[in-house]
Amino acid sequence: MVKLIIKNLSKSYVDKKSKSLSALKKVSLNLDINGIFTLIGRNGAGKTTFIRIVSTELLPTSGKVYLDGVDVVKNPKEIRERIAVIPQEAALIPWMTARENIFAYLLWRGLSFKEAKERTNTVLTRFKLEKYADKLPRKLSGGTKRKVLVALVISSNAKIIFLDEPTTGLDPISRRELWEVLTELKKEHLVILTTHYLEEAEELSDYIIILNKGKLVKAGSINNIRDAIGYPYAIKIFKGFNKKIRLNGKVVKKNDGTFQVFSDERTANNLAKKLIKTKVKFSINPTSLEDIFYMLVGDIDKGEENEN
Amino acid sequence: MKTSKFSQLSASIMANAIYAMKNFPVMLVNTILAPFGLLIIIFFVSHGTLLNVGILGGFILVMVNNGIAIQGDLTHLRNDMKLQDMLVSSPVSPAIYVAGIALSELVFSIPDLVVLSILAVIFIHLSAISALTIAAVMLLTFMFSISLGFFISTISRDVIEGWAFMGLISMVLSTLPPVYYPITYIPMPFRYIAYLSPTSFSAIIAQNSIGFVKFSSSFILISWIILILVSVALIVFAIKRSRWREE
Repeated sequence: MVKLIIKNLSKSYVDKKSKSLSALKKVSLNLDINGIFTLIGRNGAGKTTFIRIVSTELLPTSGKVYLDGVDVVKNPKEIRERIAVIPQEAALIPWMTARENIFAYLLWRGLSFKEAKERTNTVLTRFKLEKYADKLPRKLSGGTKRKVLVALVISSNAKIIFLDEPTTGLDPISRRELWEVLTELKKEHLVILTTHYLEEAEELSDYIIILNKGKLVKAGSINNIRDAIGYPYAIKIFKGFNKKIRLNGKVVKKNDGTFQVFSDERTANNLAKKLIKTKVKFSINPTSLEDIFYMLVGDIDKGEENEN
Repeated sequence: MKTSKFSQLSASIMANAIYAMKNFPVMLVNTILAPFGLLIIIFFVSHGTLLNVGILGGFILVMVNNGIAIQGDLTHLRNDMKLQDMLVSSPVSPAIYVAGIALSELVFSIPDLVVLSILAVIFIHLSAISALTIAAVMLLTFMFSISLGFFISTISRDVIEGWAFMGLISMVLSTLPPVYYPITYIPMPFRYIAYLSPTSFSAIIAQNSIGFVKFSSSFILISWIILILVSVALIVFAIKRSRWREE
């Protein structure tokens, strides 16, 4: 377990016109976390700013951050041996092979030549990258390059790994492969992840925080968040719905003519019974993270929403 | 865990010089040829009389070009590979990282320095004092070029802009000033413009040390003082401008 305490964390930038822009607004958290901790939010929500501050790359405007017992704002050096980061849009150095990239990174972290060489070989084997080890990045697929980057930070043996949008731009198969790697990683490391892919966050995360316009909107496990919003079930009603049936819960009419009803368990049961009688096709599922995200942050089908 | 500063320095040298030369030998060829273009032109135009000065000019150009190159390399590694962001959140210190990259630029200069040194031994017949003087001048030239390159890397936003800066500075510091030819060849009112470039003083000291052009002792002393002051000022300025953790 790693303790993460954040108190009133704020970050403002000043743009070219001397206008102050808030990237984070008084975010507070107090958590004992392990596994995969994921930040989700729209572009500009503050995810990268959050990661950059917690990983000691960026100073906050105000607030405190304690990670694994260390005040990362005041004593960044103390935590740096325990963390490793893959920033958004990070790339392998193009004139170095996969093996050389990993080896140089370990030297930069201060390992001896002997230890760096041993760890490079170990991590290449662990990630089944041996056949790509002596190839230059231009000869590797996007997914393999990303895998090498993950291998590189893992080889550091850092306790806490920060990955800022590691799967962006990958094809679905490469993305799935990387998910398997991340699932493996969380057994030994705390992984702090940002992603735009909500199904990825839902699949991988042990803990999720949703940011919107720099503010913390919700935090918890997916089940906690479902319970907290009060709509743990999503009922999708296909075309041909009899409008005389009263829909309780949060109702969203989609552009394709279907309805989505978010409700609690009892309401979902009652509605299901009514729908069975009318022979309308429907499905009931736990409310997905995507549904929750849109409910909390998004603007899905604006204007068509009503609360009964 | 105990971190090895030697490993950290070596990482920058290997990443920025050794592996680049090993995996892309054309970079090595390009670097080796850089100082010889002007040297050949000067040799033919002067019917061989300026060969000695041209060789010294080659030394200065190598130091300037490879020193300034730190700007493009740091910008490229920071912006395109996000290497700096990765290293900020690691145990390496900014001073070690930048010192390593600076040394890597010196490693890149080695092939040129070897070829130019052979030419110097054959054609200049250097005394030990001249050799030491030229070595000291080269070191100072490299230091202010590295500092200038580092400073520019902190303000340049992308690598394309960086390359433009590099070309411009290389021309202003090593092609236009009297580096490959004596300053006395420049007519008097224009000579003052040449004094604006610190490399003019590098060349004055070097050319004086081999006896090609004789300047007064006081003028040579002033040249040393200017060269040292420019180097120290640029180093201090670069250190003050350096940012590791962003604000």
